[in-house]
Amino acid sequence: MIQFEHVSKRYDEGFDALKDVSFTINTGEMAFLTGHSGAGKSTLLKLVMLMEQPTAGHIQVGEQILNRLGRHDIPYLRRSIGVVFQNHQLLFDRSVFDNVALPLNICGYSPEDAARRVRAALDKVGLLDREKMNPMALSSGEQQRVGIARAIVHKPKVLLADEPTGNLDPQLSAEIMRLFEQFNRVGTTVLIASHDLSLISSMRHRMLTLKSGRLIADG
Amino acid sequence: MDKKRGAVRVHPSRPVTPVAPPTTRRGAEHHKVDLKGHSESWLRNHIAVCKAALTKLLGTPVATMMTVAVLAIALTLPGFLFTVLSNVQSLTEGWEGETRLSLYLETSLGDEDADRFSRSLLLRDDIAAVDYISRNQGMREFKKYSGFGDVLDALTDNPLPAVVVLLPRSRAVADLGLMRASFEAMPEVNEAVLDLEWLQRLDAMLAVAKRGVFVLGLLLGLAVLLVIGNTIKMSIESRRDEIVVSKLVGATDAWVRRPFLYTGVWYGLLGALCAWLVIQVAWLMLETPAQELTQLYRSQFQLTGLGVSGSSLLLLSSVLLGWLGAWIAVRRHLRDIEPS
Repeated sequence: MIQFEHVSKRYDEGFDALKDVSFTINTGEMAFLTGHSGAGKSTLLKLVMLMEQPTAGHIQVGEQILNRLGRHDIPYLRRSIGVVFQNHQLLFDRSVFDNVALPLNICGYSPEDAARRVRAALDKVGLLDREKMNPMALSSGEQQRVGIARAIVHKPKVLLADEPTGNLDPQLSAEIMRLFEQFNRVGTTVLIASHDLSLISSMRHRMLTLKSGRLIADG
Repeated sequence: MDKKRGAVRVHPSRPVTPVAPPTTRRGAEHHKVDLKGHSESWLRNHIAVCKAALTKLLGTPVATMMTVAVLAIALTLPGFLFTVLSNVQSLTEGWEGETRLSLYLETSLGDEDADRFSRSLLLRDDIAAVDYISRNQGMREFKKYSGFGDVLDALTDNPLPAVVVLLPRSRAVADLGLMRASFEAMPEVNEAVLDLEWLQRLDAMLAVAKRGVFVLGLLLGLAVLLVIGNTIKMSIESRRDEIVVSKLVGATDAWVRRPFLYTGVWYGLLGALCAWLVIQVAWLMLETPAQELTQLYRSQFQLTGLGVSGSSLLLLSSVLLGWLGAWIAVRRHLRDIEPS
């Protein structure tokens, strides 16, 4: 589902964020991406989202070869991927419901259909009773769950997460991780970047380890 | 109902299906999936965005009013001047082709001689009509319309000359010029004045004024463009987070652009409506005195306001300027806002 072949990324300032990285994550697999901060985890996720272009190498997500996508194809690629951010990127000028509904509005769902799907997603993350609230009024753990609901509401084939437990205590972190496992169990391919080694090593999933832009361990 | 639902439900699977084979561009693959569902959701999105843009504007009434007022002022000025000019022009058009030659006779000429002279002119082939205004008649009319009745009564002598107004058959400017010269050479005539001269001058002045209004309109149109562009730019800045998040979850450029374009169109429309209202009110205030003025000239002239074509021109150009201003702002600033 996600395939990297000899991918390198050098930023304009001459900094090499990724060097010759190759791996394949199969459909329905769940994997962790780990390493110290600055090891290239975020860059790797950005390449999958086409927020950055690789300097060299070949990236494929699903059937799409990212190197060949034009600017106009990027939105359609992103619709097939759900993303969860460390800072959750919620909009505080609208309700929880409207935040989760955003991807559906963009894809053009009818309001009735969208409402049904938003409620199903909020139910999955246990926040159905919070739909009318402003996300600002929620705890950081709840905000992160709203972010997850938004990432999965349109049933993407791939779910990416960048330090989704960064600001949470161990118990909440474990809960969030269990949520990701649930989505993985229904067939979603999941890739989570995290440096919380104690938590992810207890979960027995594949682990890709980056160090200074190189993939040094896979397994 | 069921049928419609089904159609809509198929559509959302669109983004998840593998996007176009690498060699083709976006487009066909997506639209082929469900054309009806797609156009339906497209229309629904447009209506929703259009409404939301207006709601957002009305949500900040003071800021919106300020912008709309600036737009209205910029639109009122050329609109009003344009209307005035087209009225003056239609006024002169009524006169054209009816060029008159006025002969101011020598005051030393007696009433009978003057009358005889005017009659002799009737025999000429090149004159269609002759109107003789005797010194007394001239005095009476002057008293009636000038309001200087008392002053004139105090005069012992009638200072006004007798006037013969001729309607020449020829309308060629050269013929009329020759005719004027030949009349002025006559001993009975003190001065021969062709109406055409001031009409020509007025026409020339009108042409200058028209060009002036055109340039003014162009400048103020540019101002409208800049005001709307700047307002939209600020609106883009204030919605930066929303744009970033929308792009992250797969919003196309068109989707992100849409609310701003509609905002520009609303600004243009509201500005034009206000300008239209101001022009109409100003016109109403002008109507009565203008009617009195034209009656003095015994003219059948009817004052015309903006009218249907003027109003639609005002509305259309303003809406277009609003859209264009927004489009320029969006084009310049939206690409800079990318998730990072």
